[in-house]
Amino acid sequence: MAAEVGQFALILAFVLAMVQTVTPLWGAHRGDPVLMALGRTATILQAGFVILAFGCLAASYLLCDFSVALVAAHSHTLQPAVYRFAATWGSHEGSMLLWVLILAVYGAGVAIFGRTLRETLQARVLGVQGLIGVAFLGFLIFTSNPFLRLDPAPLEGTELNPLLQDPGLVMHPPMLYMGYVGFSVSFAFAIAALIEGRVDAAWARWVRPWVLAAWAPLTAGITLGSCWSYYVLGWGGWWFWDPVENASLMPWILGTALLHSALVLERRGALVTWTILLCILTFSLSLVGTFLVRSGILTSVHAFAVDPQRGIYILGIIALTTGVALALFGWRSPQLKTGALFAPLSREGGITLNNLFLTALAATVFLGTFSPVFVEILRGDKISVGPPYYARTFAPLAIPLLLISPFGPMLNWKRDELARLVRRLRVPAGIAAAVLLVALVTVGWRMMLTAGALALAAWLVAGALAILGRRWWAGRAELGRTIRATPIALYGLVMAHAGLGLLTLGIASVTAWESDKVLTMHPGDKVAFAGRTLTLDALGPVEGPNYQAHQARFLIEGRGGPYKLTSERRMYASSQTQTTIAGIHVSPAGNFYVSVGDVQDGGGVVVRLWDHPLIMWIWVGGFTMALGGLVSLSDRRLRLGAPSRVMVRSPAAATTAAAE
Amino acid sequence: MKRLLAFAPAAIFVLVLVGFAVGLRRDPTLLPSMMIGKPVPAFNLPPVRPSDALSGRGGLATDQLSGEPVMLNVFASWCVACRVEHPMLMRLKEQGVTIHGLDWKDEPADGAGWLAERGDPYARVGNDRTGRAGIDLGVSGVPETFVIDRKGRVRYRHVGAISVEDWNRKLEPLLARLRAES
Repeated sequence: MAAEVGQFALILAFVLAMVQTVTPLWGAHRGDPVLMALGRTATILQAGFVILAFGCLAASYLLCDFSVALVAAHSHTLQPAVYRFAATWGSHEGSMLLWVLILAVYGAGVAIFGRTLRETLQARVLGVQGLIGVAFLGFLIFTSNPFLRLDPAPLEGTELNPLLQDPGLVMHPPMLYMGYVGFSVSFAFAIAALIEGRVDAAWARWVRPWVLAAWAPLTAGITLGSCWSYYVLGWGGWWFWDPVENASLMPWILGTALLHSALVLERRGALVTWTILLCILTFSLSLVGTFLVRSGILTSVHAFAVDPQRGIYILGIIALTTGVALALFGWRSPQLKTGALFAPLSREGGITLNNLFLTALAATVFLGTFSPVFVEILRGDKISVGPPYYARTFAPLAIPLLLISPFGPMLNWKRDELARLVRRLRVPAGIAAAVLLVALVTVGWRMMLTAGALALAAWLVAGALAILGRRWWAGRAELGRTIRATPIALYGLVMAHAGLGLLTLGIASVTAWESDKVLTMHPGDKVAFAGRTLTLDALGPVEGPNYQAHQARFLIEGRGGPYKLTSERRMYASSQTQTTIAGIHVSPAGNFYVSVGDVQDGGGVVVRLWDHPLIMWIWVGGFTMALGGLVSLSDRRLRLGAPSRVMVRSPAAATTAAAE
Repeated sequence: MKRLLAFAPAAIFVLVLVGFAVGLRRDPTLLPSMMIGKPVPAFNLPPVRPSDALSGRGGLATDQLSGEPVMLNVFASWCVACRVEHPMLMRLKEQGVTIHGLDWKDEPADGAGWLAERGDPYARVGNDRTGRAGIDLGVSGVPETFVIDRKGRVRYRHVGAISVEDWNRKLEPLLARLRAES
């Protein structure tokens, strides 16, 4: 029953999405408020039906309705309820439904919260959103129907891929998709601006919160994915430059550029055309991310079942949305009013430099990810691009970007003086120099690069905190009031930039000091590794709800100890797959990571040990950045976004603007 | 000029799109037709395992690939999907399937470490550091597995990790058929 309701809701949503496309665009063209209002209603109704469809699929999963083909393929009665629910988006069809769900909810968000927006602009944004909805709902209904029935229904389902049965994976895809799909809003705004041929302050003020609303979950999603691969896959690594990881990194990098350029547009009315182009490209790369996982164009561990027909459909969607958008850009953007001028040394100048680096980084990742495809077409050769490519190209671009990032928030808008800028940053620079000196003395000259990276991390964190320091120091006469008057968005900025520093700290330490050891152990064996002694206490079989495992229990003494760790090798009978659950001792100073392999003939087991100094800070940094985005988003000034309310500037607001 | 420049992104996009479309049409799981039924290209690869080097047993050479139908598995220590595939290979070895290994674009020491740590499913294994032998075979990425008949001819190419399903549906029946051939 639920499946039929869901199917029906999906078809209704498809029809409503068509209404959502046509009426507001036509209404905006004709200046007809009734048609535009109809667009808003259609948007909200469409969201309602997509939510209903998603609810139906989730219910089929939770109730183990194996007559639904998708449920039978990805669920099992022994699978815990939370993973039965998460399996809703564990398949290709289900994840596309989640994609459409988030799209519809964002669309409804624009319809509901966009009341203060110029009516024609809102209508055009909704129309473009509707068009994307039509494309993806069509894709879902015609090529990937999640509600297909099986007759006769099997008594038992095939379970969800065991690697995906993990708390981290429950949240990873929704976060990622909130990011990918979130960029559709800024895309729709860009198209609406191109249709209208004007970009004004209201436009800019509206785009930025939506970019933030996409960027923060995307950041969290990527971090979560990295975390998950670290503890689930049992490879001891946190980033593999896998094509699908890159697919999420590219929109993130361009989204970060967009976040900054939109700020310039909002404050100074400059970088108009560039921001529009970034809006288009960021969403296109999000689509490419969706496409890549499903097309079979590149091989990756993440991939869903390869189906060229689906790939062609999504390629068609990309071709249409991006193609039309870029053609529109070519045609209309020369008519857009270009913004205010600024001196090279200014906040605007700093952000332009930041954007150049970020765009170059995105291009690097793009080339690395897709060059195998293109080289093969051009030369017939097969090549493979691995981590060495990224080490040579990514780091040399990322390091200067990190070096300049503390300068940005310290620069004044319009123009600035170098001498003053340097003076403003003397405290963080001093801290970084001190860290460099201490690091050089302790780790020695030979590890100069590591010392430099640690100093860079200190420079980023101290530079971020200096933003607050500078503001509070200036208002120290009435410190309480100064602190209270500090806009929330500023804390968000400080967190995001400091998070970048923590991330650098983690990456630098792991890269320099990671060590590992592989050996065969028997119960009772002891081994010394990285300042610790590890004893294999016991080795035996254990039984889980839907798997069997052999479990190794270890006792670790010495540095940070004593503590116990267990690691398991699980065998999921129904899907005949194995997973490794690593035993990890987490601490701010570093992780100790144990993973076991298969039991060998003599009763021994292969054990791999890793020492990961400070690795936790990679993820702490990532989540801090995401949280910074959310904190910024919670700022009243961003949320309201109504032009009239900012026009009335109190003296306090004016100083705020000057200090940011 | 400015007008033309504004169309530059669109022009670049069209190029990329053409690339995707061509890349999509090319089915990565199909062997280039010229290789089917052809003998395995000639190579003589140095050993990966230190024990093979010490005993003088050597690595992997083309003439060792004929006699009985075998599988030739292309792997690398840097390859992520190979980690997923590896337990399957170990299970096949337990079932008595002969698998030879080609350690592609990899340092011999890394390949040896991989085998020591995860278990060694291979009968013979050779190191293809430059990737030359792999390219001659038409390898587009790792892991990839070739089925080779008695006469040393390539009969099938499997792209990506071997799943239980791939084994049951394609590889096992094919090997059985090849064994029946005289």
